[in-house]
Amino acid sequence: MLRLDNVHTHYGPIEALKGVSLNVEKGEIVTLIGANGAGKTTLLMTICGDPRATSGTVTWKGEDITQKETSEIMRTGLAVVPEGRRVFSAMTVEENLAMGGFFNETNYDERLAHVLELFPRLKERYSQRAGTMSGGEQQMLAIGRALMSNPELLILDEPSLGLAPIIINQIFEIIDQLRSEGTTIFLVEQNANQALKLADRGYVIEHGHIVLEDTGDNLLVNEDVRKAYLGG
Amino acid sequence: MSRVTSAFVAALITLVLGGFLLGMSLTSEGINLVVETSTTGKMTVLFVGVVLVFLLQLFREQVGSFTSKMRSDERMELPSFLRTSQQQRMWTMFVIAGLVLFPFISSRGAVDIATLTLIYVMLGLGLNVVVGLAGLLDLGYVGFYAVGAYSYALLNMYFGVSFWVALPIAGGLAALFGFLLGFPVLRLRGDYLAIVTLGFGEIIRILLNNWTELTGGPNGIARIPKPTFFGLEFNRRPSEEGATTFHDFFGIGYSSEYKVMFLYLMALVLVLITLYVIRRLIRMPIGRAWEALREDEIACRSLGLNPTTIKLGAFTIGASFAGFAGSFFAARQGFISPESFTFIESAIILAIVVLGGMGSQLGVILAAIAMTVLPELAREFDEYRMLLFGLMMVLMMIWRPQGLLPMKRPHLELKRD
Repeated sequence: MLRLDNVHTHYGPIEALKGVSLNVEKGEIVTLIGANGAGKTTLLMTICGDPRATSGTVTWKGEDITQKETSEIMRTGLAVVPEGRRVFSAMTVEENLAMGGFFNETNYDERLAHVLELFPRLKERYSQRAGTMSGGEQQMLAIGRALMSNPELLILDEPSLGLAPIIINQIFEIIDQLRSEGTTIFLVEQNANQALKLADRGYVIEHGHIVLEDTGDNLLVNEDVRKAYLGG
Repeated sequence: MSRVTSAFVAALITLVLGGFLLGMSLTSEGINLVVETSTTGKMTVLFVGVVLVFLLQLFREQVGSFTSKMRSDERMELPSFLRTSQQQRMWTMFVIAGLVLFPFISSRGAVDIATLTLIYVMLGLGLNVVVGLAGLLDLGYVGFYAVGAYSYALLNMYFGVSFWVALPIAGGLAALFGFLLGFPVLRLRGDYLAIVTLGFGEIIRILLNNWTELTGGPNGIARIPKPTFFGLEFNRRPSEEGATTFHDFFGIGYSSEYKVMFLYLMALVLVLITLYVIRRLIRMPIGRAWEALREDEIACRSLGLNPTTIKLGAFTIGASFAGFAGSFFAARQGFISPESFTFIESAIILAIVVLGGMGSQLGVILAAIAMTVLPELAREFDEYRMLLFGLMMVLMMIWRPQGLLPMKRPHLELKRD
């Protein structure tokens, strides 16, 4: 479904991705783990076309999207929950969700109902300003907003960032539920333990290279991964 | 630093600054200038000022707690006669009717000022789209105003185009300039954007000033005809053979006031159209996109919105309203020169937007009235206008940093039945 072949990405003279190849199949949860500065977010941003890959190809649903505009890519059934939530803080929950459904007017009400069902919290806070909500609620809103475009692939960038463990559990449960509904998920996480438990497959990225690729369960018991990311 | 020390320092600064400004005066003695100390009256003012600053600084906390009560943080409820949308519509109609009747019951001077105010309302509403809604700080807005004014003036001078034909063209040309400016500056943000737009405004003014063959340079363009009422002129005698004047057509005596009233009503109609169009735009997806873009550009991109298009849209639409206002201004004044389009105009329009509360249309209208009517009323204090202006800005930042009527809906709650 989504495929990266030997992708290199540069920030000016700095090479952040040094030939990354990975693929995500339909219905999977695939996770990408790695330390700070390993290139996780860069990889994700490259998929979205900002920054563009300097070489290699990104293929989405059989189509080469490497050179496409970000705005075009984001309208083709791909949705991103950006790092740090980035909800529109002065807008209400309702308006935030409406922004998510900006380019997809069909079945708008159904999708809205579905999102509110997934996150009953958002229903309670429906006309509240997003900036006044807690971090967990904002994260739910960010995911809900992304879901409003009815994506086939949902890309999540560190959804557990800065949240309490109990909220993280809730978020991961939602992700699991989304998978059972048929949404493919690409999860970028630092919280390797939980991400790997949930994921079908995982990739480990280090210094711009994919160093390991295996099923989630295997990575979870892998000696190197345990040492590096799971605290021994 | 203790409070007494800081209050003392503040008072000292006041004394030094005020001492040079108020405490001394230059008098000419023959061909020489002599520095003299001022009259005791001025000295008293200075002394009182110093004491006042000292006391204010000393009791800052008490003053602060007093002023914080006046802040707009608490929820405001709409007055009872404005709760339902029906009532609101009724009152809007009422206000519009009042504005239409206004010229018939007030003096010519008042109508003139009102017309000027309406021009600023229009400019404020236009800039509000760019600054208030899309969050793009534009310091060169007056450039588009100039484009609009010169479009009509030049089209009329060279091709004899009438006002009503030139009006849409002026709007279109200004929009085109907005579009052209938008392209290079879209990648800029905040301060950098402000500087480039500032430069753009100046470029237009300097171009108009120096392209003497076309624009008449600093001499400006004179004798720009006033708009006509469905072809009827407002002159005492028709300007050319076969033309009819307004008073002849209706068989009433000539009065120069008709023209003033007509211009006012025209400005009113233009403002109402502007208001209506922008209100609609805000409620349309593009309006939501502007707000979202102001909030978070990255989130917008992640949702597939194209920031380039949205920003260009804001620039173009904002500029077109400046173009309309400009051509009306040219028609009203009958004379324009680059002098009318200096940076201070941009600053005033921006001040209207900030003062009114970014994004709030009603706020912008109130601020435009305050910014044009107050200086007119306080003509005697002309020299101190800038001083009062500064004072107002400082007080605003302390008491209502979000503007007179901030945009956000949660501050005003509608009771739903």
